Amino acid sequence: MSIKNAPAYRQSNKKYRLAPLDSKHLTGLARIFFCLAIISMVVFNLAPFLWQFFSSLKNSKELYLVPVTYIPAKVSLTAYEKVISNPLFLRYFLNSVIVSIFTTFVTLSLASFAGYALSRLKLKFKTALQFLLLLACLFPQIIFLVPLYELMARFSLISKPLALVLPYVTFSLPLAIWMMTRFFLTIPKEIEEQAMVDGFKRLAILRKIILPLSWPALATTAILIFIGPFAWNEFLFSLSFMIKDTSKTVPVGIALLSGTSMYEIPWSQICAACVLTTLPLVLFVIIFERKIIEGLTRGAVKG
Amino acid sequence: MAEVRLENITKLFGGHIIGLKDFSLQVKNGEFVTILGPSGSGKSTALRIIAGLEHPDKGNIFIDEVNVNKHLPQERDVAFVFQSYALYPHMDVYENIAVGLRIKGCCKAEIQKRVQEVTGLLEIGKLLKRKPKALSGGQRQRVALARAIAKRPKVFLLDEPLSNLDASLRERMRTELKMLFNKLKATVIYVTHDQTEAMSLSDKIALINNGMLKQVGLPDELYYQPKDLFVASFLGSPPINTLEADIIGENALMCGKICLNISSDYRLKLKNKNKVILGLRPEDIKVYLEPKENTYLAQLILIERIGKYTILSLNWQGQILKAITERDFIGQHKRDSIWFQFDMNKLYLFDKETLNTI
Amino acid sequence: MKKEGRYISRTLENMSKNLSEQRFGLFLILPSFFILALIALYPILRNLVLSFMEQGRFVGFSNFSALFQDERFRSVLINTAIFCLISVPLELILGLTFALVLHQKFFGRGFARAVSFLPWALPTAVMAVAWKWIFNDTYGVFNDILLRLHLIKEPLAWLGRPNLAFFCIVLAEVWKCTPFVTVIILAGLQTIPLELYEAIRVDGANSWQRFRLITLPLLKPAILVALIFRSIQAFGVFDSIWVLTGGGPGGSTEPISLYIYDTVFRYLKFNYAASMVCFSFIFFLLFILIIYLTFSRRQIEY
Repeated sequence: MSIKNAPAYRQSNKKYRLAPLDSKHLTGLARIFFCLAIISMVVFNLAPFLWQFFSSLKNSKELYLVPVTYIPAKVSLTAYEKVISNPLFLRYFLNSVIVSIFTTFVTLSLASFAGYALSRLKLKFKTALQFLLLLACLFPQIIFLVPLYELMARFSLISKPLALVLPYVTFSLPLAIWMMTRFFLTIPKEIEEQAMVDGFKRLAILRKIILPLSWPALATTAILIFIGPFAWNEFLFSLSFMIKDTSKTVPVGIALLSGTSMYEIPWSQICAACVLTTLPLVLFVIIFERKIIEGLTRGAVKG
Repeated sequence: MAEVRLENITKLFGGHIIGLKDFSLQVKNGEFVTILGPSGSGKSTALRIIAGLEHPDKGNIFIDEVNVNKHLPQERDVAFVFQSYALYPHMDVYENIAVGLRIKGCCKAEIQKRVQEVTGLLEIGKLLKRKPKALSGGQRQRVALARAIAKRPKVFLLDEPLSNLDASLRERMRTELKMLFNKLKATVIYVTHDQTEAMSLSDKIALINNGMLKQVGLPDELYYQPKDLFVASFLGSPPINTLEADIIGENALMCGKICLNISSDYRLKLKNKNKVILGLRPEDIKVYLEPKENTYLAQLILIERIGKYTILSLNWQGQILKAITERDFIGQHKRDSIWFQFDMNKLYLFDKETLNTI
Repeated sequence: MKKEGRYISRTLENMSKNLSEQRFGLFLILPSFFILALIALYPILRNLVLSFMEQGRFVGFSNFSALFQDERFRSVLINTAIFCLISVPLELILGLTFALVLHQKFFGRGFARAVSFLPWALPTAVMAVAWKWIFNDTYGVFNDILLRLHLIKEPLAWLGRPNLAFFCIVLAEVWKCTPFVTVIILAGLQTIPLELYEAIRVDGANSWQRFRLITLPLLKPAILVALIFRSIQAFGVFDSIWVLTGGGPGGSTEPISLYIYDTVFRYLKFNYAASMVCFSFIFFLLFILIIYLTFSRRQIEY
């Protein structure tokens, strides 16, 4: 058994270098604290979701029991049945899906083009674009509310999906363009130069060479757009621009359900609705965790 | 300054990749020992184990006869100079040198005194206020050395400190290092893959390959009395020429179509063997432009003019030999045939299977 | 080989200066540029214009003078400032801690990372509804836990009392936004070369000294980025507060964004809202500038 394959050895060597606080070498007390820290962190982050989950499985009588029961004595799915059979909720869900998917798709396309241009070409518009991108991601949503509402009203887009897709795309572009630009910078220029020498036209290079190479970056960016603050999860613009009941999205729907009536707030249905809205996202994040975190943390922090 | 002793160190990575196997080394007080070997041979691992940055799976480490296996790096009183120098980017040069002393608990006056000492020694006085970013490679290296020296450690551990420098700077720094550590009379354990560095700097060389110690001794010992083919071919530039030969009779070898007589000293050792590998150093081959007594004919394939000398590549019976000649030995016009001879006493014989020297 | 590469990329640069390349690049950038100019730039300018108008007529500074006399505006500004000053440092500390934990190797790290990222990925409004249920005075689990631990004697009206409600909105916001800080700091941690830690260990530093001398100074850029972005975002907080308290009780938890929203959709005073936006715009630009100046003065050259 020799170490002829030096590169592999080098790699495994790096793995066994002691990390700043390699948990393997923590002594008794420190180790206990470390485990406690991990557990508290996990509990803290999962608690609200878990509580909704367990609440949604209780039947209405148990839900309003005081003192509170933590694990439902009898699992009941009536809340879910009621929510799923509510056509309005389904409508909200559909709206969210449509808007989010459109946003993701459009943002990805625009961001790939812009990212490619920014990574390769020296253009006069570059600084102007970067300035606009900074504007969009730096300022809080509320600043844009009044004029945008005015704009949407003028073009009769109120309560139409486009009224949401346009701002969502706009505010998702900074992050998306940043990610795609960073990615394109990692593709060596030589590949395209070779293609140009071989006779490919610019557009063909994009389609046949760059695009197939970009799938991982596209996928990661798509995920980040979808779970970001301007797609599925967005609230303010949806609340303001979607007046008609049938055009509302899920976050707005649930929020209105929980706030408007002073009397009987249907908490079990609300909990079920919350879980239905968030469970896919939770599973998504857990499955794609590595892609997400690595996509965000690779590449140093450039203030 | 201290003695260091490694006893049968074994280190496995991931359970089965050998880092070091049964590695033992003794470094006397004030000695400059180089652990030399190709990439991935385990030399850096050995150094890191001495420093306490890695833990051996088996074996013991002694510094001044104290078993330091369980000691943390900070408790071992060693100085480690990394290949990349590991200067703290957010501190200026003064701080970089001072921070270790401060952690140790030295008072301000003492720190200042020591920093003065090392800046004088390494001539980095003008750089004290600069950050690592603003330093050249050579300057960074001096700061890394200064940091190590200011600590006044028991042992200096240097991990390929010259490999990040350009060739000319490397040569200069090599001389400076030697003078520096001579002056300090320090115990130094140096790791490199460059055999010229090892040969010129060290009191003793430990040659390592695949995690195992091949030979340890004075540079001349390793060069002129290599234990096996690996040692012989690792030291020496250009590397030793190797030829295959069969044993015929009691004191004759058949190398290709040429028969060589060897002295009777070898008779006993060659008894049970059929084939051997011959080793011939390029400097031991004498080359002639005309046939002379006892010379062999070879085809000249390549001329490499290094400047100080010229390397000739000869094709002899299908095998390539390299020979060193003077600068102006071969003129500009092309030659095809060349004659050479060698001293049989300078020939090395290696066992074909075990590759050990006979 | 190196020289060739340099020659080729210079060729590419020269090529990119020629017209067809420019046109192609423009073609790629223009859609994004257009949509950003329309939805991001135009509203900011339009706000400025609107704030000087009333019902289509130019009225000079009258909106702004009304603003200065508006008591509610003053109180929402204070609410927002206090909210930022409490939640952002909490998020920084928590985010730093989480990032340090998640940077180590341990069993189940992938799951822990996913879970720590979760709050950011979930809809703010939906999770605010969840918090509302948790803070419910009669049936909420928060009261239940506190009662069981004998920390309180009777259930508290978390969303009904001003100070308690403030606590709730801070908690909801910190919960939601810490992952943002965690990810940024995690990225920063990964840029610190391992060898620096090894070097300082050989120098004799214990874990606290390593943190103080290496980790913290080298994280300054990341912390600064997180600080600036979180301050900006906290300033514009809307979703969770709208759901949790609606600004109540009695406007004690009302942030500036909620007041602006009310002004537009309940009182229908568009221009007044625009002037509020303009004013808070300046206010908050100042805020950011102060943070940037204070903390970036000690930035490290890396």
